[in-house]
Parts: sequence; C-alpha cells; structure tokens
Amino acid sequence: MGNYIIYAVTLILLIISFLKDKQKTKNALKKAWKSFENILPEFLGVIMLVGILLVVLNPQVISAVIGAESGWFGVILAALVGAVTLIPGFVAFPTAAMLLQNGAGYMQIGAFVSTLMMVGIVTAPVEIKYFGKKLTIARNVLAFVFSFLVAYIIGKVAGGI
Amino acid sequence: MKFIKRYNFFLITIGIIGIITLINRSVGIKAIGVAGYSLKEMALVIPPVFILLGLLDVWVPRETMVKYMGEGSGIKGVILSIILGSAAAGPLYGAFPIAAVFMKKGVKFSNILIFIGAWSTTKIPMFLFEMSALGTKFAVTRLLIDIPGIIIIAYILSLLMQKEEIKEIYKKAENM
Repeated sequence: MGNYIIYAVTLILLIISFLKDKQKTKNALKKAWKSFENILPEFLGVIMLVGILLVVLNPQVISAVIGAESGWFGVILAALVGAVTLIPGFVAFPTAAMLLQNGAGYMQIGAFVSTLMMVGIVTAPVEIKYFGKKLTIARNVLAFVFSFLVAYIIGKVAGGI
Repeated sequence: MKFIKRYNFFLITIGIIGIITLINRSVGIKAIGVAGYSLKEMALVIPPVFILLGLLDVWVPRETMVKYMGEGSGIKGVILSIILGSAAAGPLYGAFPIAAVFMKKGVKFSNILIFIGAWSTTKIPMFLFEMSALGTKFAVTRLLIDIPGIIIIAYILSLLMQKEEIKEIYKKAENM
C-alpha cells in the first residue's frame, strides 16, 4: 500500500518537473541513476546475506532462545538476534506477537523489536559506505545499548510489574 | 576485474548460498527464496526513493534546506528531522542515500543523525502496525522512550566525531 503511494507521488512529481523543465528533470534522473548504481553492489550483497541468515535463524530457533523465563540472558540473546536479522516490520510484529503468545517475555520482545529496528549488522556495509566505519560502529553500539533500556522499561510497563 | 572488485561481497554471498545448496538442497532453495523476496521488496521501494532524491537535489535550493534543517535551525530542525524520518516507509538502508543528499544540501550533522534514528524506529506506518500486533501499551511505551533516545544518541554521536571526520563524511556525500 505504502509502496503504491510512493510510486504515485514520484510519478506526479516527475511529470510536474518534466513540464516545468526538461533539462532539470533529465539531470535529476541522471543523479538518481548515479547514486543508485553507486550503492548497488552493497545492496545486492546485503540481500543475499539476509537470505542466508533467515534460513539459519528461523522462527523455531528464535523462539527457543528468547522463550519464557530466559531473564536477562534471554534479553541479550533477543537483542543479538534482532541486531543480526533484517526482518520487515509487517513480518516482525506478527512474529513478535506470536512469540509473546507462546510465552516469551515482554522484556525479551522489547529488546528484539528495538534492536531489529535500530541496529543493522547486516546492513553495516551500506551504512559504512555512506558514513564511514567509526560512525557506523558507534551508532550501532549505542543503539544496541539503548535497546536494553527500552527492553527494561517495556518489561515494566507492558509486562505489568 | 573492476566488476569483480566492486561486487566481491555480492559474489561471496552467492558462493555461500551455492555451497549451502550443495550441502542441503532445500535449505539453499529457501535462502534463495528469501533473497528473492528481499530483492522484490528492494525493487519496489528503492527506485522511487532515488528518483525523489534526484528531484530534491535539482529543485530544492541549498538555502531552503539550510534554513530549515541546517546550522542554527534549532528546535525547528530537530522536529522537522523527526517528522521526515517518521513519515518514511521502507527499510533503514533507504535512509542512507537520503541522508547523503541532505548532507549535500547543508543539513546539520546532528539533524542527519536524528533523521536516521527516526527512520529506524519511530516510523508512523510501522507504529500503527505495531499497535495492532503488540498492543497500544507496548507501542506507545516504545515510542515515548525512543524519541528522547534518538535525540540523545544523535548528540552523543556528534560529540564523538571530530570536526575533520564529519567534514570527510560530508565530502563523501558530495560524490555519492
């Protein structure tokens, strides 16, 4: 749904741009292609890596490590799983809900969801290409640590303690 | 030769999937299936993002961006960065090329980092989805911790980076 809106908006803007100035529009498309081509090798590598990781870390494995009563050890594992996987939200949230129903703790799920969104080990090559090694590592480490705070508070609030 | 050097990471991952497939056919095919699915997702999201970026680059003058999100844009720049990041759809790697164009247009470094943070975790379309899947309490709590969190992380990162290193990153964005 969101994708179609982006496509529609892009198309409309492109048409307006073309009507206003052909040369500028041509330049815009050239720039778009140049920046896309620039990052393509990293994108393709990341996509294949996601394929490999998701067959290793399937839902059964994930649910085994962050199940009920796993405590802080489970939180750490959940955070690690979230950090290395790259699952789109519309798959991740139902999966997280399913894990909760099967007895996973709120704290563990909080850590999993938080690192899943903020920490990207698999996408690091793309991030490094734009921001360099130092910033990429620092950002991911900070986000990882921050996720434990998120997990703790979610555990308190949503877990109802 | 240049091709192999540029695509070595991609070629290695293809090799690994090939080896997995030789060892266990069904697991290998599943990995290819997942990769194919991600490729489709990328094909859907990425082209319009880059075209929008091209248009932004050509049509929006640097002064406008500096005024709203550059040095001295203050709280206005922070809020705008959060809104822009939160309104977005698509995976985190979609945010990096946008950040590069923002840098080209003179957006302040901490605002770039806030934008990346918001994109990663306070996205509105995802928030609605999270609420329905994990409950209002879970989603709202996470949002309320995340907003100050991403701002604090952005400022810590800005402090960690030397002026020279930031300049280097901006220079790199210029050639992206």
